[in-house]
Amino acid sequence: FAGLADVSIAEDIPVEGEITIPVGSHSPDEDCSTLDEPVRDTIMRDLKAVGKKFVHVMYPKKSSALLRDWDLWGPLVLCVSLALMLQGGSADSKEDGGPQFAEVFVIIWFGAVVITLNSKLLGGTISFFQSLCVLGYCVLPLTVAMLVCRLVLLAGSGTVSFIIRLIVVVAMFGWSTLASTAFLADSQPPNRKALVVYPIFLFYFVISWMILTFTPQ
Amino acid sequence: AGPGTMSAPGAAAAGGGRSGTAAEWGGFEDNMQGGGSAVIDMENMDDTSGSSFEDMGEMHQRMKEEEEEEEGEAGAAEEEDGEFLGMKGLRGQLGRQVADQMWQVGKRQASRAFSLYANIDILRPYFDVEPVQVRARLLESMIPVKMINFPQKIAGELYGPLMLVFTLVAILLHGMKTSDTIIREGTLMGTAIGTCFGYWLGVSSFIYFLAYLCNAQITMVQMLSLLGYGLFGHCITLFVTYNIHFHSLFYIFWLGVGGLSTLRMVAVLVSRTVGHTQRLILCGTLAALHMLFLLYLHFAYHKVVEGILDTLEGPNMPPFQRVARDIPVVSNAVLNTTAKAIALTL
Repeated sequence: FAGLADVSIAEDIPVEGEITIPVGSHSPDEDCSTLDEPVRDTIMRDLKAVGKKFVHVMYPKKSSALLRDWDLWGPLVLCVSLALMLQGGSADSKEDGGPQFAEVFVIIWFGAVVITLNSKLLGGTISFFQSLCVLGYCVLPLTVAMLVCRLVLLAGSGTVSFIIRLIVVVAMFGWSTLASTAFLADSQPPNRKALVVYPIFLFYFVISWMILTFTPQ
Repeated sequence: AGPGTMSAPGAAAAGGGRSGTAAEWGGFEDNMQGGGSAVIDMENMDDTSGSSFEDMGEMHQRMKEEEEEEEGEAGAAEEEDGEFLGMKGLRGQLGRQVADQMWQVGKRQASRAFSLYANIDILRPYFDVEPVQVRARLLESMIPVKMINFPQKIAGELYGPLMLVFTLVAILLHGMKTSDTIIREGTLMGTAIGTCFGYWLGVSSFIYFLAYLCNAQITMVQMLSLLGYGLFGHCITLFVTYNIHFHSLFYIFWLGVGGLSTLRMVAVLVSRTVGHTQRLILCGTLAALHMLFLLYLHFAYHKVVEGILDTLEGPNMPPFQRVARDIPVVSNAVLNTTAKAIALTL
C-alpha cells in the first residue's frame, strides 16, 4: 500500500467494492445486482437450494450444507402437502374423525419446536432454526410414503394393501429418523445422543402412525 | 451503505496492520473472525452457531473496545499519513456513525433475544441427565421402597417425565385410532395431549398443594418428577392392553403394574411426611387419582366398552363427547350380547 500513497481520489466519485470476505465465487457484480435480477432467477436459485437439500435428505451423509444454509421453505412445502394429503380421512362423512389440516400442521411444528428445545436444554450446539430446518426436511420420506399409500389405497383397501402400506411406512419412518439423527446427533455431547434421538423417534412415529391409519372416505 | 461502511473497516485495517496488502487483508480477516469488524452482516445475525447470542454480547463489547482503540490509532495514523486517510477522513466519521447505529440496533436485538434465551436456561439444570440414569430411574419407579422412616431421595429431573408424558400421548393416539374413537368437538391429538399434560401438571399441583397442607417435605419439581415417572406403569399397561383386548388381562395389569408404581410413589411420599392422618390423606388421594386415571384411560378409549355403555346407558350419552359409530342394527345386537357375555364371565 505504501506505493499507492500518492493516489488521491475525488470525493464525489462513489467508492464501491466488496466488503465481505471473498468466499467461494462471489463476484463483485452479484451482490450489487440481486435486487435487479429477474424474479425467475431468484426463484430458481431458491428452488435449487431447496432441491439440493432434498437430495441431502434422501442420501444422508454427514455434510453441513443443510445446517449452514438453513431455510424453512422446504419444511413448509412438505408440511402443507402432507397435511393436504392427510385431510379427508374421516371414517364417517358427518363427523370429523381424521386429522384435519390444522392438526397436522400444529403437530409437525409444535413437535419440531419441542425437540429443538429439548436438544438445546440437553446441551446441544445447534441453533433453533437449524434444528427446525433439519427436522422439517426429514419429513420428506414420510411425505413420499403418504403419496405411495394414497396410490395403493386407490387400488383397494384389503389386507394386502395394508401390508404394503405398513412396509412402506415403516421403511420411510426408519429413513426419516436415521436422516435426522445423522444431522442432529453430531451436535450433542457423545454420551447423550440417545436422549436426543428418542423424541425424534417419537415425533416421526406419530406422523407415521397418522399416515398408516389414514383411510379415505 | 457502500462508501461509508467501506471506509470503516479500511480504517480498522489501517489501524490494525500496516504492512503490505496481503497482510492487511489478512489482518482484516482476523478482525472479522474475532468479531472486530465494524460491519455487521445483518443477514447472518440470526445464529449460525449455538450460543451466538451470548457471543453477540461479547462481540459488541469487543467492538466497542476496538473502536476506542481504533480512534486513538487512527488519530496517530492521521498525523503520519494524511494523504492516505484523505479520501477516508470525512467518510470515515460518517461510516463510523452509521456502523455505530447498526451496532446499537443489533445490540438491542441481541439483548432482547438474549433475555428470551436466558429464560430457557432456567430449565437447563433439570435436563442434566445421562441415558443410564434415565433407565435406572425408569426401573426404580416400579420398585416400592421399603424404608419409609427415612426420607427417600427424589431426583428433580424433568427430561424423563416429559418424555414419558409424550410417550403416553402417542400410546393414547394409537389406542384411540384402533378403537375408532370419534371426538366430536375437538381433535384426537388435542384430546390426547390435553388429557396427559393436564393430568401430569394438574395432579402434581394438587398433590403439591396437599403436601403443603400436610407438611410434607417435597418441592414442586420433585413432585412433577415423581408423578412423571409414575406414568411409566401407565405407559406399559396401556401399550399392552390397547393391543391385546382382554378385560381380565387389563385388570391384572391395572392391579399389578399400576399398583406397583402407585406403591412406589406412596412409599416415597410417606417417607417424607410425618403424622398418620397426613400420610393417609396425601397417599390416599394420590393412590386414588393414579389408579383411577389408568382406569379412565383404558375405558374412555376402548372399542369393546362402547357396546357395554350403549346397553347400560341407553339413549343417554356419556359426557366424553364421544359418538358411537354407526353400526348396523344386526351387528349391534351381536356386539351387545357378546359384551354382556363377557361381563357375565368376569
